[in-house]
Amino acid sequence: MPTPLRIVLAEDSVLLREGLTGLLLRFGHEVVAAVGDAAAMRGAVAEHDPDIVVTDVRMPPGFQDEGLRAAVALRAERPALPVLVLSQYVQRAYAAELLESGDGTGVGYLLKDRIGQVEEFVDALARVAAGGTVVDPEVVRHLLRRHRDPLAALTPREREVLALVAEGHSNGAIARRLVVSEAAVGKHIGNILGKLDLPPAGDTHRRVLAVLAFLRA
Amino acid sequence: MDPRTPWQALTRGDYLRGGWPWRSAGYLASGVLVGLPLLAVLLLLAVFSLVLVGLPPLLLLGVALGGAERRRLRLVDTEPAADPHRTPDEPGLPAWLRLRLREQATWRELAYALLHGCVLWPLELLALAVALGGPLALLATPALLALDGQEVRVLKGPLVTTYPGACAAALCGLLLLPALLYGLGALAGARAALARMLLAPRDAELRRRIGEVTRSRARLVAAFEAERRRIERDLHDGAQQRLVALTMTLGLARLDAPPGPLADRLAQAHDQAGRVLTELRELIHGIHPQVLTDYGLDAALTDAADRSAVPVDTDIELPRLPPPVESAAYFAVCEALANTGRHSGASRVRLTARHTGTLLRMEVRDDGTGGADPSGGTGLTGLADRIAVLDGRLTITSPTGGPTVLRVEIPCRPLCG
Repeated sequence: MPTPLRIVLAEDSVLLREGLTGLLLRFGHEVVAAVGDAAAMRGAVAEHDPDIVVTDVRMPPGFQDEGLRAAVALRAERPALPVLVLSQYVQRAYAAELLESGDGTGVGYLLKDRIGQVEEFVDALARVAAGGTVVDPEVVRHLLRRHRDPLAALTPREREVLALVAEGHSNGAIARRLVVSEAAVGKHIGNILGKLDLPPAGDTHRRVLAVLAFLRA
Repeated sequence: MDPRTPWQALTRGDYLRGGWPWRSAGYLASGVLVGLPLLAVLLLLAVFSLVLVGLPPLLLLGVALGGAERRRLRLVDTEPAADPHRTPDEPGLPAWLRLRLREQATWRELAYALLHGCVLWPLELLALAVALGGPLALLATPALLALDGQEVRVLKGPLVTTYPGACAAALCGLLLLPALLYGLGALAGARAALARMLLAPRDAELRRRIGEVTRSRARLVAAFEAERRRIERDLHDGAQQRLVALTMTLGLARLDAPPGPLADRLAQAHDQAGRVLTELRELIHGIHPQVLTDYGLDAALTDAADRSAVPVDTDIELPRLPPPVESAAYFAVCEALANTGRHSGASRVRLTARHTGTLLRMEVRDDGTGGADPSGGTGLTGLADRIAVLDGRLTITSPTGGPTVLRVEIPCRPLCG
């Protein structure tokens, strides 16, 4: 059982809000506030100072991307606050904007479908809360179908590794998935960062930059 | 080309052999048949109604006659004369009357009714009598002489007593008939021209109508667009949320279920619900992609390029544009990419989109075999209509052997910010 998290949940559909609250409770987390719109979410964050915020993209009053806008604004105010955004859209523009807010760590962009994969969802939540960067596998799959620069320079194996990095897996987890050594994964990542021409920075931050390059390409 | 009016028919060698002399005669004769009762009604109205209730009955008569006369005009004019009247904005007789009173066409129709009832039909009767009655009387001279036995006055004039004389008169009639039929055609043509001048819509009326049609087309496109968004919203907020909740419930149930046939069934149901969710998401995206609303054409086109079956090189740099422009442009490119994937055999597509000054320009160019027929699919025709509503243009060139190039140009200004 992972460390219990104190969560602020913003979701306008009552059905889903109740369902999610029950699900999170079941895994030992505490939903300190469950709200139905973006303004209430920001109020709840100020009041409860949670470990992580989980929010829907589309919310009242405009039913456009209010949830995402509020999440980005929250990240600007509190760069250390992890945010997990739930969405119905596979489009990478949403994920890219979210990752660009703050330093790109402690953020996640998941499709709502993922909630159904209960354990996967709870696992992603824990990774984001721990400062990881998680992009939904479906979004990553869409990105991998492209045939465009600058990713064209990557070998198929490197693309595979980058996709797993984008999904928020650690080097160890990637090594297990691909059945290679952790050192080999580290070498692949080094090559990817080199090929994408990313500036030298801390390892975590470079990983985020690589994912962003992936999303923005 | 077939002649449109008696005037056009007159200039051709086969005028007399065709139906035009008879159509002309028919037009004039039916004019007499309309004119006589018309005069009676006009007199009646002039005496009673004008004194008692004023103009409306007279105007009504004019409008009704105008409609009938436009239909009768088709006897001698193959191009139908359009109705010059507008449709009232609200139902009911008062609104109709108010509109008709304000319309110039109503007064032209009244003038036509007075002219026809008092002047034209007697003239038409006279023309028919001269053109058909004269030659027929001459032709009948021998027969009349045989009946009478003694003498016949030809057209109330010279006295004929012998058969050679009677035959000469009949010959005159035979020679005179064609010349008079030409005259009859000319007269019917003039009469039709006069009717068209007074009863058909004037240029200004036609321009106004085209303006109305253009506006109503724009309204239709806007309504269609709003409806798409509504359907998208309903599916997103309704069915999609419920399905997510369902997969969540099934996912939780799987955690609790002991291994066995029940767990297997649950797993199946869970997978199926997940697949339905994926399909629904794609369906909703096809109806109206939210990324277009939230991030604009630039991101939406990049996304469309990502989804294309044929690899797409993109060169897109666009500001936010008015929603109708973004929407029409997006669906045009999607259709073009889909067609490329289906028909062209292309291995690569290049998509360029730029906004300069006040013009959005997009180009979809593939390296396929060409030969695409733009009129073949209704998809692109519909999109061309949609773009035309925005005063834009959609052009396709697709020579055999390729390449196929689709260009879209829409005049528009970027949104501020």
